[in-house]
Amino acid sequence: MTKCLDPVILNLWHPIGAIAEAVPGGVQDTVLLEERLSFALNADGEPVVWRSRPDVQGPDRVPAADRLPARSTYGYVWTSLGSPPAELFPIPEYEEPDRRKLNAATFGVNVSAPRAIENFLDMGHFPYVHTDILGVEPHTEVKEYDVEISVDRDEILATRCRFFQPMASTASDGGADVDYVYRVPHPYCSVLYKSSPVDEARRDVIAVFLQPVDQEHVRAHMLLCVLDEDNEDKVIKRFQQTIFGQDKPILENQVPKRLPLDPRAETPIRADKSAIAYRRWLSQKGITYGVIPVAA
Amino acid sequence: MLEEARSRWHPIAATHDLQFRHVFHGQLLGREFAVWRADDGYVNIWENRCLHRGVRLSIGINDGRELKCQYHGWRYSNRTAGCTYIPAHPADAPARTITNRTFPAIERYGLVWSSEEPRGEVPDVAALAEGKLLALRGIPVNAPADKVVERLKAYRFQPNAAIGGEGAETIVEAAQDFAVALHSRDGGAETHGVFFVQPVDSNRSVIRGVLDQEAEGAARLAILRHHNERLSKLRDEVEREAASAPAPTPIEPVYERVSAELAEMPEVTTHGRKAALRVSVARKWQTADGIAGFELRPIKGILPTFQPGAHIDVHMPNGEIRQYSITNGPGETDSFIIGVKLERDSKGGSKCMHETVREGDVLAISEPRNNFPLRRDSIKTLFVAGGIGITPLLAMAQALKNQELTHELHYFAQGEEHLAFADRLKYLGDALKPHLGLSPDATGAELRQILADYRNGMHLYICGPGPMLEAARKIAADQGWPDTAVHFEYFKNTNKIDDSSSFEVALARSCVTLQVPAGKTIMQVMRESGIDVPSSCEQGACGTCVATVIEGEPDHQDVYLNDAERKAGTKIMTCVSRAKSARLVLDI
Ligand code: FES
Ligand SMILES: [Fe+2]
Repeated sequence: MTKCLDPVILNLWHPIGAIAEAVPGGVQDTVLLEERLSFALNADGEPVVWRSRPDVQGPDRVPAADRLPARSTYGYVWTSLGSPPAELFPIPEYEEPDRRKLNAATFGVNVSAPRAIENFLDMGHFPYVHTDILGVEPHTEVKEYDVEISVDRDEILATRCRFFQPMASTASDGGADVDYVYRVPHPYCSVLYKSSPVDEARRDVIAVFLQPVDQEHVRAHMLLCVLDEDNEDKVIKRFQQTIFGQDKPILENQVPKRLPLDPRAETPIRADKSAIAYRRWLSQKGITYGVIPVAA
Repeated sequence: MLEEARSRWHPIAATHDLQFRHVFHGQLLGREFAVWRADDGYVNIWENRCLHRGVRLSIGINDGRELKCQYHGWRYSNRTAGCTYIPAHPADAPARTITNRTFPAIERYGLVWSSEEPRGEVPDVAALAEGKLLALRGIPVNAPADKVVERLKAYRFQPNAAIGGEGAETIVEAAQDFAVALHSRDGGAETHGVFFVQPVDSNRSVIRGVLDQEAEGAARLAILRHHNERLSKLRDEVEREAASAPAPTPIEPVYERVSAELAEMPEVTTHGRKAALRVSVARKWQTADGIAGFELRPIKGILPTFQPGAHIDVHMPNGEIRQYSITNGPGETDSFIIGVKLERDSKGGSKCMHETVREGDVLAISEPRNNFPLRRDSIKTLFVAGGIGITPLLAMAQALKNQELTHELHYFAQGEEHLAFADRLKYLGDALKPHLGLSPDATGAELRQILADYRNGMHLYICGPGPMLEAARKIAADQGWPDTAVHFEYFKNTNKIDDSSSFEVALARSCVTLQVPAGKTIMQVMRESGIDVPSSCEQGACGTCVATVIEGEPDHQDVYLNDAERKAGTKIMTCVSRAKSARLVLDI
């Protein structure tokens, strides 16, 4: 495979690891867009990222030419192989002091980043893939919802999404419709807002940040930013890991692995409105990495 | 060679790979297949890719009648590979054209054969007279097929009856591009072995050996082991040889694009009353007092996909056209079964079917159309059938039974001898509740009981004679069933049609305005000006001719729409309904 030549993707910020899992001074190696990278936190706790080379063993003496842009945001180290924008997309809820924030999991999946985003946006699979957790038969209907591509914010927004969830709240044991809002503010990142079981007025935030290892492999970093004071981290993490573990075998059995942008490659239904918008948005941006672009 | 290989038949599995309710992952020339046997024995070979989001169907679920995708539960029918249900949109009937790509399947020599674009027949192998054969375990090899064939020419094995021996002489009887026929003799013992090489990809193959003699028990195991060992050794040699040459590039399968309309997920479009299919009456029998059953088989090819609740138009020898519901259960796609009740005052429809049509006759029928779709997201489904109204509900009940979804089928009939399709009813088990010989009043009382406990999420489907249907709808409404939970289908529209009004119809998309005079229907006027309008019953009962109203007030005279839909005024049956306003704008 040739390395990434897609300028849009090269110029984006990409996540490469959770801050919480970095040990000060310890170097971690990873792969981003088929390039081998290393990163570490320096003495000030700032992330330093560089193109891996055998003679550089720590963050202090990285030659300027090998240094890459680096930032620490939402609990992750982000970098870029091109010229990234000044800011990363906003998640205002991250600043709310009463929320629990944690990296629920980092999972390797043999699939393209856009396929994984579509899976994250998709409610129709809840009863089949997350049976008895996020959905259950016969409650399979995906009710009408709204999708817009916000031009000024350059992101996709799906609102008024509802899906039947068994044991929707801790208060009652019956199932009920749960509300969701989805944002796609970055070609390989998505943020989900979901009714909080503890506070009716607010929503839990779950974000997935995909690190494109190559066109057909990702590391999925999952951020939780939730209103939950009772459960231990372990319990919250285990729940998200279960969900993710259920999606993984499905994602790895999608063919082709790269997301086809030709509207006639697959058969969309109304429930896939957000995915249709996402594919169009990627096409408009001229993205070629991780996708099969529409034949000219 | 691989180009030419596309038009040949190749083995892609052993018959014994197709276990009960299993889906086998087959491969040929870079393409993947989902291979599964339905309970009726039919072998399905499909593109291994769900049309929805590309998930491999080989990880799907074979329920014996349909294959269900793991990702969003789309169901695909045995034989036709047509999608019969999309759970995300339970109220909609999927467009008939959502059909997966199928490949031909032939079982021969204990193997399952297929081809991308078959020309000619499955190879005829003289050494393998059909009958008692032994198919060996398939041996996958990481090497191109031609290299494997070359090695196989030097393959040596013991005949079955001297499997423990050493000194057999093996000779090559024939060799082709993808097969080698060998003969092994050791004293009096001899065995023919034909070794087919399945080209999985440019650099991968499977050796599928077939011996001309069967064996049982320990002898069989010994034979299988013998070949397994020797073929594994052969594999190691070929792989070593292949590894020293540069690997050919893998074959990229070309996936067919879905049709342009499907990419937009439009409404189903069917036009006019067209009898697109020819079927022959394979069986005609009396299934109940006054009801004849007909089994209709395609003259050629296979029948199109149907969904529970669908009907077909039957064009009769006397020129009449009638609608009959398909009673088949899911996946029963080799024929359509319909039930025809002899109507006392028959105007020639049912009479012709009962008296004139015989087994062996050819009839013209339309494609199945589904204007009575079945939701499967109900927490409990009640079916209320009166007499011959059983037919669509029977198909529905079988579908729910197959998916183990909670339902009851209340079947009102005059007596035991009037219950049609006994075998299908039996399949439903306890879900079947017959109500026999009841007067209209007693029927009402019974219905009040049946419909007593409406809970949110339940659905009711009614089909039967007009008066009973009216009664059931009224009772349901009285007992709190909302319109959206009550679904019905009338056999015919017994309303007296008032066609005295005259008005103007503007067709928004076609940019024409037409004048509808008294005595003519909107449909007739549209057809006269060359506009293609789908229809079936043409009396406001079946729902095929529905149009969307953009502006104006419809004068509903059909029996298809429910009260809420009538009030909304956004749909109209163009075959009978008219306008109360001077002008009607339709989305046509
Ligand atoms: S991918 Fe098969 S049902 Fe959605
Ligand atoms: Fe999921």
